Amino acid sequence: MQIKSPEFKENARIALQDVGLQKALGNLKAGFPVKRAAAVERMPEFEDLRDQARDLKNHILENLDIYLEQFESKVVENGGHVHWARTSEDACKTILDICQQVGAKTVTKGKSMVSEEVNLNEYLEKNGIEPVETDLGEYILQLREDHPSHIIAPAIHLNLEDVSEAFHKHHHRPKSDDPAVLMQEAREMLRKKFVAADVGITGANFCVAETGSTIIVTNEGNGDLTQTLPKTHIVITSIEKVVPTLEDMTLFQRLLARSATGQEFTVYNTLSTGPRREGDQDGPENFHVVLVDNGRSEMVGTELQDMLRCIRCSACMNHCPVYGAVGGHSYGWVYPGPMGSVLTPQMIGIENAGLLPNASTFCGKCESVCPVRIPLPKLMRHWRENEFEKHLSPKAVRYGISGWGFFAKRPALYRWVSRSSAWFMKKMAGKKGRINKLPLAGGWTDWRDMPAPEGQTFMDQWKQGKR
Amino acid sequence: MPNAEHQPLVGLFVTCLADMFRPTVAFATVRLLEQAGCIVEVPEKQTCCGQPAFNSGDRKTTQDIAKMTIEAFDGYEYVVGPSGSCIGMLHYYADLFDEGDPWKARAEDLKARAFEITSFLVDKLDFDKISAQYDGTITYHDSCSGLRQLGVKQQPRKLLSKVDNLELEEMEEAETCCGFGGTFCVKYPDISNRMVSNKSEFISASGADTLVGGDLGCLLNMAGKLKREGKSVEARHVVEILAGMLDQPAIGEADADKYALAKQV
Repeated sequence: MQIKSPEFKENARIALQDVGLQKALGNLKAGFPVKRAAAVERMPEFEDLRDQARDLKNHILENLDIYLEQFESKVVENGGHVHWARTSEDACKTILDICQQVGAKTVTKGKSMVSEEVNLNEYLEKNGIEPVETDLGEYILQLREDHPSHIIAPAIHLNLEDVSEAFHKHHHRPKSDDPAVLMQEAREMLRKKFVAADVGITGANFCVAETGSTIIVTNEGNGDLTQTLPKTHIVITSIEKVVPTLEDMTLFQRLLARSATGQEFTVYNTLSTGPRREGDQDGPENFHVVLVDNGRSEMVGTELQDMLRCIRCSACMNHCPVYGAVGGHSYGWVYPGPMGSVLTPQMIGIENAGLLPNASTFCGKCESVCPVRIPLPKLMRHWRENEFEKHLSPKAVRYGISGWGFFAKRPALYRWVSRSSAWFMKKMAGKKGRINKLPLAGGWTDWRDMPAPEGQTFMDQWKQGKR
Repeated sequence: MPNAEHQPLVGLFVTCLADMFRPTVAFATVRLLEQAGCIVEVPEKQTCCGQPAFNSGDRKTTQDIAKMTIEAFDGYEYVVGPSGSCIGMLHYYADLFDEGDPWKARAEDLKARAFEITSFLVDKLDFDKISAQYDGTITYHDSCSGLRQLGVKQQPRKLLSKVDNLELEEMEEAETCCGFGGTFCVKYPDISNRMVSNKSEFISASGADTLVGGDLGCLLNMAGKLKREGKSVEARHVVEILAGMLDQPAIGEADADKYALAKQV
């Protein structure tokens, strides 16, 4: 996926004027956060579960190597294969090799953000293999040559008209605005693909070390068909998804659906434990797990380690007022919203993604809803510090802050600046009580008035004995 | 109050915006503290809490300002200010220093003494003898740092409920950020504008005639938007109402004489 994070401001400007997008974002705001709040309300122990999940994730991350090796040996014991992919390129190559070994022409895919991260579809297409997305949202995006704008609701930026248009164009059927008809159309189209696919690729929400199982949680059932029908099932996932036991997994499942969609539980929770055994009625003959690192192991032991607790529920972006204003595509890469603003700089470099961790008011809403209590504002600040130390932040910011800091460290001088500014702005405002246009503060006065100061500073009046 | 005899010595953290834009807010804070039986002093050596540097990633400057502020407020039993955001920043100082650094212990000590004004009155002093009157319907914006970092939510409402004639009409999404965010509003002006526009709609929809909040940054942002949109809703800091200091025109309103004239007309 082409990186457009350096154009975040321009992306955002366009997004704010996009009527269709704004309508779609309005639906998001009225949906997920309301449902989550209701689900949390119904579960008195929710806050305790968040603490437990945070602690358990911390324990896992401190013992990541042990659990990953345990997971690997269990998968092998079950007759499957584990592949370690340090980079996106490694992951794509590994998957292509497996596909070529079984002579695959088409592969079906369940929804996987890691496959977006490594840009798998493009890689397979370039090498003559047709990937077919089977999650409804992803399927729509694939028809439109579009990318996800949200990690669990990939096509959230689209409206019904857009889907209707795309289906009409690609399915060659009469245009319909009825969601039920569109759904049926997608089913019919996909059913053929499910049966024809040589390989099924899915992601994994969790990898269970004690059993060597992977699990996907979905609401459509497409994942089940993707992983049971073809002869080969490839799971592409990332190293921080490992959990010690099945019981541990259920702790995260209880938090995941509630935080994401406000469901008590997702509709399908499908475990894969190795290939089909003798006597099994279905399942793939070959089972592969590709574990992607892509910079994650570098985060272990640093301040960014907390980010690896993320279970990809999307609560942070669903509640983020910035995401809600500009949508996911503005962020310019795979992961949007607060979690993306922390992860993206790690994966594509702070020099490309510096605008993302800055695009936050630090309102703290994301942290307050995170099921594993990731201190997202603190981690965004970590990137701002990193950017500042590397002299990557814009000159205006650097000079502005050091100039301001010079005064802020000298109370007498600071008094003088405050006094002069108060006087000057009061003068500018005249009797109106506000200023419509202020030099050097166009960002403010283009959109709102600047209320005028009272005139004299508090410090001066206090010194003069006013009470 | 814990002890009727004991008069707590409070160092007022004025905050830059109260100092420069709205001294009434600092005077009202002093009045409330004195009504609650405190002795209030204003340390000379204070400037800004350092948030602009902290949020821009300039840790060194932040540390320098933190040390200066810690020293300025040495010896005060409490440090109180009319802002959840600035007091919240004082609480972050401890994170700026490494374990074992003597400044860390001093920062922790400051954190334990530093309070936002409404939280200090309610949580620390259990004070609610508000003698003020406000003839109007207000709506309350919960500023982010106060709300989520310091847990300020019910305290201002509890105190406002003691104000004669005042009615509170809650707006939708009172807890959603107004889009100010310090330097955010000038770094990302059009996103900030969208956020404050949304806020302005919720404020109008509440039917209140006055917007009240506990942080001047947010209030300047929202008042500036309301005025630009030509709305008649006025904006005031919560302490102005609680202390009954309403002589100044509301935030961004016309000058006193004209204001009085307009009110008459």
